[in-house]
Order: sequence, then structure tokens, then C-alpha cells
Amino acid sequence: MRVFLALVAILAGLAAPLMAQEERSGPLRIEITEGVIEPLPFAVPNFVAESAQAQEMAANITRVIAADLTGTGLFREIPQDAHIARVTAFSSPVQFADWKAINAQALIVGGVSVDDSGKVVVRFRLYDVFAGQEMGQGLQFVGTVDGWRRIAHKVSDQVYSRLTGEAPYFDSRVVFVSETGPKDARQKRLAIMDYDGANVTYLTDSASIVLAPRFSPGGDRVLYTSYESGFPKIYVLDVATAGRNVLNAADGEMSFAPRFAPNGQTIVYSLTTGGNTDLYQLNIASGQTSRLTTTPSIETAPSFSPDGSRIVFESDRSGTPQLYVMPAGGGEATRISFGQGRYGTPVWSPRGDLIAFTKQSKGRFHIGVMRTDGSEERLLTASFLDEGPTWAPNGRVIMFTRETQGAQGASSLWSVDITGRNLKQVRTETGASDPSWGPLQN
Amino acid sequence: MKHLSKALIVVAGLAVSACSNPDRFGDQYGDGTGTSGTAGGVAGTAQDPQSPLYFQQTIGDRVLFAVDQSTLSPTATATLDGQAQWLATNVEYNAIIEGHADEQGTRQYNIALGARRANAVQEYLISRGVSPARLKVISYGKERPLEICSEEACYAKNRRAVTVISAVPTS
Repeated sequence: MRVFLALVAILAGLAAPLMAQEERSGPLRIEITEGVIEPLPFAVPNFVAESAQAQEMAANITRVIAADLTGTGLFREIPQDAHIARVTAFSSPVQFADWKAINAQALIVGGVSVDDSGKVVVRFRLYDVFAGQEMGQGLQFVGTVDGWRRIAHKVSDQVYSRLTGEAPYFDSRVVFVSETGPKDARQKRLAIMDYDGANVTYLTDSASIVLAPRFSPGGDRVLYTSYESGFPKIYVLDVATAGRNVLNAADGEMSFAPRFAPNGQTIVYSLTTGGNTDLYQLNIASGQTSRLTTTPSIETAPSFSPDGSRIVFESDRSGTPQLYVMPAGGGEATRISFGQGRYGTPVWSPRGDLIAFTKQSKGRFHIGVMRTDGSEERLLTASFLDEGPTWAPNGRVIMFTRETQGAQGASSLWSVDITGRNLKQVRTETGASDPSWGPLQN
Repeated sequence: MKHLSKALIVVAGLAVSACSNPDRFGDQYGDGTGTSGTAGGVAGTAQDPQSPLYFQQTIGDRVLFAVDQSTLSPTATATLDGQAQWLATNVEYNAIIEGHADEQGTRQYNIALGARRANAVQEYLISRGVSPARLKVISYGKERPLEICSEEACYAKNRRAVTVISAVPTS
């Protein structure tokens, strides 16, 4: 499963990709916070196969890169059959005039080699066609045959970052609940996939209901709720081995809605005793728990701020579910949601600037974002049932669950930009719900 | 005795909806959701007052709730009076009270809401003399709807707490 990826600057002495960004020049830049965007046209001719075994892989890597970039809605690929220039060697001089003629503003050129041991080497360069110069520096990635998609995502991440100035997110994974069967007998399994729905691996069988998995900050562990014991309990699962342990399993209690603190050591969750649901925290290593709320109302769906100092959560203490923020150790909570409707499942952006949430209003469900003080609320989606947002590692894209209406209703995963643009389904082979987007992989 | 017969008359009306779909109901508890040892394949007949099937269908094993509420209606307490009577007579059985919600609401909130509903039933049964040691509660939130349409007619039946009878282990 593990893929080793080495990142090597092709130009000696200029090893860090960050330095490459500082050297970037020219006008080619797309601002993704603007309201209306004309997608930036780019060309990516098939990466040059530099060894006999690399032919198919070079084409596949090229397609994944193109899909990553066009999938953002920020870029538009110029089809290969419109290309004039032919790239036959990675180091050939670029025929800028030919790329200008088809209005390609950005050009990605690459080479792929595969050796007998299964080692894959991918090199690429990004060009600003109209400035007639390279953007940043060429980079080389080393990986394995099995990990070819990851290498493609690494290239896409570099291109995306250089063109947008944003942190990347393509080389990341999503843990989710795979769903099959009708609504009243739904089978649920924990599964993990690449951000784009590829490489699905199942982590549990469907013997028990499983809910709401949450990645650890490092992506190595997953918290989730399972009815395996007959009652909802929180489990922590090791992604590499799929081994799992139950946490705080006192008899007669129900625990659910867990989430890791940014330190990866502490978790916060809901515990129900005597019909009342409050928030607790648990140190995984020591097993020590402490109670964070002591109200007769429902407190659930907690999420830490990225600095670990605060927790946003959902409570119906006012009579309807609303969002509140309190210190991570408990204490006075401040209500932040004041619009019409019911608010739930708040999730703090990894950038710290926004909180994503589910909102129910007038019989519709929405995914929305607001600033952490509750101001500037914006609804990004609307449907019969949208819920459970999760943030891309760069805080620019949100994935969530959409369930369709009626007896044939089914769940699927969707993503949307925080601008509300580029709403689209994430293709999965089964029904899917409760996504949790993991960190950018190393 | 007068009290009991009154309860039976009231719940007789409820039993119509409770047994409108016995096959699906039977499936629900044998579908590997972890409620092993509960009423999958309910024994006995609906005419035998000692049988779990009588409890399930004649007395009525479930009570329904208004949107977002966990308050017991007069209809619900009448059903629960019957349940408490039955449990007082049939001490060889324990019960798990399952709380459920309709699909209007987030997953986490609905688990907490289902727990409130199950707890309301548990507290009522205890107030009617059932030993707390015989009762457990669980919430399924919106994970196990009984009816699958996305209309109030279905939602009303899904906002429920079901008292599932199980034989006390003999050893």
C-alpha cells in the first residue's frame, strides 16, 4: 500500500519547490476567490515514454493530470487532437508559437520511465506559453508502478500550486462509508479512496452499521462509530493494518461523533447517558476522559480549530440545533449561528478562517460556510438532503454527502468550491456517505 | 384489571399500523445490525398473552413521536402501560428499547434524538414498576427507517421507539 515518493529538483542546487515558486514570473496566475472565472486553457501532450515499459503508464499519468486540473473547474484542457507541436523528447525546445496558436496559456511537458525493478521516474516542466518561459523549475518524482496515480497527483499538485498560489490537495485520500442495499436494510462498510474516487480499499465488512469516519491529522488512523458491540461505540482503526480498538466502552453508554484534536492524541466526542448527550474528551494514550459540557440538551458533532484551542459544536440548548464555539477544555460557549433554520455538523477549515456546516431550512438541506464568529454566512448547495461537510487539505474545496429523495433514495459524495462553484459528484462504485478528507500525503 | 383492559383497547388500534408489515419488521432484527438475541423470529402467537408476538402485535411494541420531540403522547403512554403490565407478568423477558428518528436531520443529531426517545420510554416503564436492570436503550438515529418514502406518512412511522423483548439468559 505504501508508496515511496522522492521529490528531486531537476536543476541541481535548486532543490526546494518553494524556491521555485518564488522564482515564478510572468502574468500566468488564476485567482480562485473571484466570483466568475473563465477556466484557464492548458495543454498537456502525452508524457514522453522514456523506456519501453512506460508507454501505457505515460498516457495514463497524462490523463490523470488532465483530469485533476479540469476537475477543479479552474482549468480547461485543449484536446490533444488540436495540438500542432509534437513533443517527442522531454528536453526538446518548446515550440511556443505552436502552443500560442491553439491558445494554450499553460503547457505541461513530461517524461516517464519504468525500469525492470518497477521503479517509476516522472519528470515534468510547466511553461507559461505567452511569456515564452518556464514557470518554476522542472521536477522529478520517483515512485513505484502501483503508485503511478499518486505520482500523477503530485505533478498536478505542483501545477495547481504554481498557477493558483494555493496549497495543493490532489495527492490525498478520503475515508468514507460505502453503502449498498435499500434504505431500510442498508449495508455499510468503511472504505478509503483517493480524493478522486480511485483505488478504493475496504476497511471493514458490512456486518455492523458504521458511521462518520474521521481521519487523524497524519492520516494514519481513523476514528469511527460502529454498532459492532450492539451499541454505538467509538473505534480507532489503523489504516495500514485495518486493525481496530474500541474506545471507552462502558456498559449502557452510547458514544459517537468522534474527532481528533490537531495533536492526534486527544479526541472529542459525544457520549449519551440517561438519554442526555454531552461532549467529552479522551486522551487515547492514557485513557483519561473529561466532560466538556453539562447541559440537559443535545451536544454533538464537535470539531477543533486548527490550533487546537477551540471547539465548534452543535447544540439544541436554544430549542433548535445551532452552532456554538467554546474553549477546547470546556467552559462558556458562544452561539455563532443566527440565521433561520437548523444548523449541524460544523467543521473548522484547516486554514482556520471558515466553518463549514449543514443547514436545514424550509424543508431543504444546504452545505454552507461562515466565518468563525458566525458572520458572512454563505450557502453553497441546496438539495433534498446534503450533510456532513469535510474540507480538502487546502481549505478550498468541500466534500459532503448528498442523499436523494424517496424509496429509491441513495447516497453519493459531492464536492464544491468554497466559492459555491464547481459542484460535482465524486464517482464511487457503490453508494457513499460521510466523507472525511485526509491530509496531503508526503 | 380495569386499567389493563383499558390499555388493551387503546393499543388495539395501534396494532394495525404496528403489524402492517410484519415481514419487513422481522427482517429488521435479523439483519446483522448487532441486536442479536432480540426478537428476530418472534415466538408464539398474537393470541397467546404470554408470547413475545402478543407483546409485539397485540399490545404494541412501539410508540411514535412528533418531529424533533421525545415527549410521550397519551396514546404512547397507554401503549407503554400495556408494555409495563406485560413485563411485570412475564419476568423471564428483558427488553431493549430502540430509539429512531426520521431522515430529516443530520446523522449525529438523530442518534442523540433517538436516544432521548428511547430514554423517555425507559423512564416511563421504570415509573410503571419495571426494574431498570431489565431495560437497555440504544439509538439507531436515522440508520434503520421502517418506512422508506420521503413523506410525512413514512416519517411519522419512523420517529419511533420500539421495545424489543428478549428472553433472559438462563445461565
